[in-house]
Amino acid sequence: MQKLLLLGDEAIAQAALDAGMSGMYAYPGTPSTEIMEYVQASPGAASGNVRREWSSNEKTAMEAALGMSYAGKRAMVAMKHVGLNVAADAFINSAVTGVNGGLVVVAADDPSMHSSQNEQDSRFYGRFAMVPVLEPRNQQEAYDMIFDAFDLSEKYRLPVLIRITTRLAHSRAAVQRREARAQNSSSLPADPRQFVLLPAIARKQYRALTGLYEKLRTDPVLSGYNRLTKGSNTKAGIITCGIAYNYLLENLRLHNDGHPVLSLAAYPVNSDLVAELVGSCDRVLVLEEGYPLIEEQLRGLLDRDVKVAGRLDGTVPRDGELNPSIVASSLGMQGSAGKEVPAIVRQRPPSFCKGCGHADVFAALAEVMKGFGPGRVFSDIGCYTLGALPPYNMVNSCVDMGASVTMAVGAADAGLFPAVAFIGDSTFTHSGMTGLLDAVIKDSPITVIISDNSTTGMTGGQQSQATGRIESICLGLGVNPDHLRVIVPLRKNNEENMAVMAEELNHHGLSVILAMRECIQTASRNKKAAAAEKNQAE
Amino acid sequence: MKCDIILAGVGGQGILSIAATIGLAAVEEGLFLKQSEVHGMSQRGGDVQSHLRISDREIHSDLIPHGGADLIISVEPMEALRYLPWLSPEGWVVTNSVPYINIPDYPDNAELMAALEDTGNTVVLDADSIARELGSPRSGNMVILGAASSFIPMPFEILEHAVQQLFSRKGKEIVDLNIQALVAGREAAATR
Repeated sequence: MQKLLLLGDEAIAQAALDAGMSGMYAYPGTPSTEIMEYVQASPGAASGNVRREWSSNEKTAMEAALGMSYAGKRAMVAMKHVGLNVAADAFINSAVTGVNGGLVVVAADDPSMHSSQNEQDSRFYGRFAMVPVLEPRNQQEAYDMIFDAFDLSEKYRLPVLIRITTRLAHSRAAVQRREARAQNSSSLPADPRQFVLLPAIARKQYRALTGLYEKLRTDPVLSGYNRLTKGSNTKAGIITCGIAYNYLLENLRLHNDGHPVLSLAAYPVNSDLVAELVGSCDRVLVLEEGYPLIEEQLRGLLDRDVKVAGRLDGTVPRDGELNPSIVASSLGMQGSAGKEVPAIVRQRPPSFCKGCGHADVFAALAEVMKGFGPGRVFSDIGCYTLGALPPYNMVNSCVDMGASVTMAVGAADAGLFPAVAFIGDSTFTHSGMTGLLDAVIKDSPITVIISDNSTTGMTGGQQSQATGRIESICLGLGVNPDHLRVIVPLRKNNEENMAVMAEELNHHGLSVILAMRECIQTASRNKKAAAAEKNQAE
Repeated sequence: MKCDIILAGVGGQGILSIAATIGLAAVEEGLFLKQSEVHGMSQRGGDVQSHLRISDREIHSDLIPHGGADLIISVEPMEALRYLPWLSPEGWVVTNSVPYINIPDYPDNAELMAALEDTGNTVVLDADSIARELGSPRSGNMVILGAASSFIPMPFEILEHAVQQLFSRKGKEIVDLNIQALVAGREAAATR
């Protein structure tokens, strides 16, 4: 079979297609976005009629995937780690309903927060929901695991969580493909009440789930991914999780002290393997790309039975992603450090693109807000969060998708006037609409600025769910048409836009200002694509 | 054989095309490859880097350890310096001399050049001018790759072929311009 050079994300996408997936559901989020992008661009997905449209948010994606599973087909849903918070209600309950067609949930964690607000570890969600978790060590394993994940899902009638981190998601390596499997034909669940979580049914199913979760520990496929390599140097044993194993091998290649190594990539873990390693070694070093999940379990509440080194005792930094150099120093190896960064090297934070419409909205808002005082602009997740940086210094909050609107509502309730919410179109349809309804119902004295660039910009310009419909959505939610103002954020309109903002900021009720101008990146890409098409036609 | 390369630049400057070219060449040579990229927020005008590892043996880590890089290829002079902790004592820095100034406190050019000089094994060239003279102002990244090519343990023809593959969708004219840029970069580095 063909060998392909794939990102970890792409390996997962290709594997899902080869494993007979009938539908993929997702909302863009770094570092998970490329999974759906690959499926959308795949000729095989098109010819196999695989459903692959973006969803409004991770919760709707998770539910749609569960629905496809209900109907007997294999479905996958992918999101960044914080997206799993949004999907958590559906995710946790999907373990209780169980599945019909195979259901694979991919969560891409972002330790070190390259493009995120936190570095939460999705393996905890797996344990919380009591579902199998697979954590691939490399691109090939990511590909192979997806096949097993779908099979396990159908064997145990449970969703399976795939947990990856930024480095695997966004690193490319050669991947060997397998023979493709046909899609499932549709079928209803054997038990018509399987998905009905009325308390009486839920209690029964939940009890079954707790028993099933313990059975997973001895599943041969899951256990097969957890490998113990014996060694004669029993002064210290090493446990790695996921890609931490690669960083260990990188160092052992140079200097192998013969430590026994237990490399984990599947959860729940069979405790026999752990007992074998721990029992044979004086102490254990735990290397985890993420939170100290295994380390905490090893230590236990009393932390006195096993000598453990890891993130909790400072052998490994408490936060941030691992790398070969951190692992070297945790092993007590002298890494060969290069030169220091010269003092003249400056920080180069991300910034608005030249000609960005968000920047023009902020320029106008900064002028107008001078008349009202600081600390009043609640913002959200997207490119426009860069309004927090100089020269604007305008953003006072960035918490979670949609929080700008509802935090402004709460601050206004506390007497802050005016309170401004600054949100993009895609974030608005993800989780801002429901908050706006709250504001409509009580006519909150806030001004919501929806900076609509007709795309999901920060993640690379994916389709925004309600392009061209934001105004009618606002009206539909009940925003007073007199206080729903549409502006075009261009420098030449600055005076006019400032006047609109000043009027609405002074209004003691809900206002929505819809600032509409296409993302400069999307516009230029579309222009290039149109030119290329014209070239081809000629 | 192994060659660990840090590619550096500013979001939008095209370091991923350099990575893709070397990647295609490595595949053609039957080598192992791992290439880690930056996506997301920093692509908006922030500093970006890619760790590119090629070897005739299996590669474990997606990231290059500190002091392990054989080569830093940078399309921007200050960005070349940012990754010195990764460079091995015998490693080389090949960088464009043309600064990308999108921050208010960008360092003084003379100081910047002096710091590059200080690093020892350095090739600094004005890739933008070379690309402009060829009538292909956007091929500066290929000029830099050409300048770095003698440090990459692969036949030059394999890189040329990779450029051809990478740009083939864009037509013969674009392919030719990029190959000319690659050759011009190699020559400029050789005649320094």
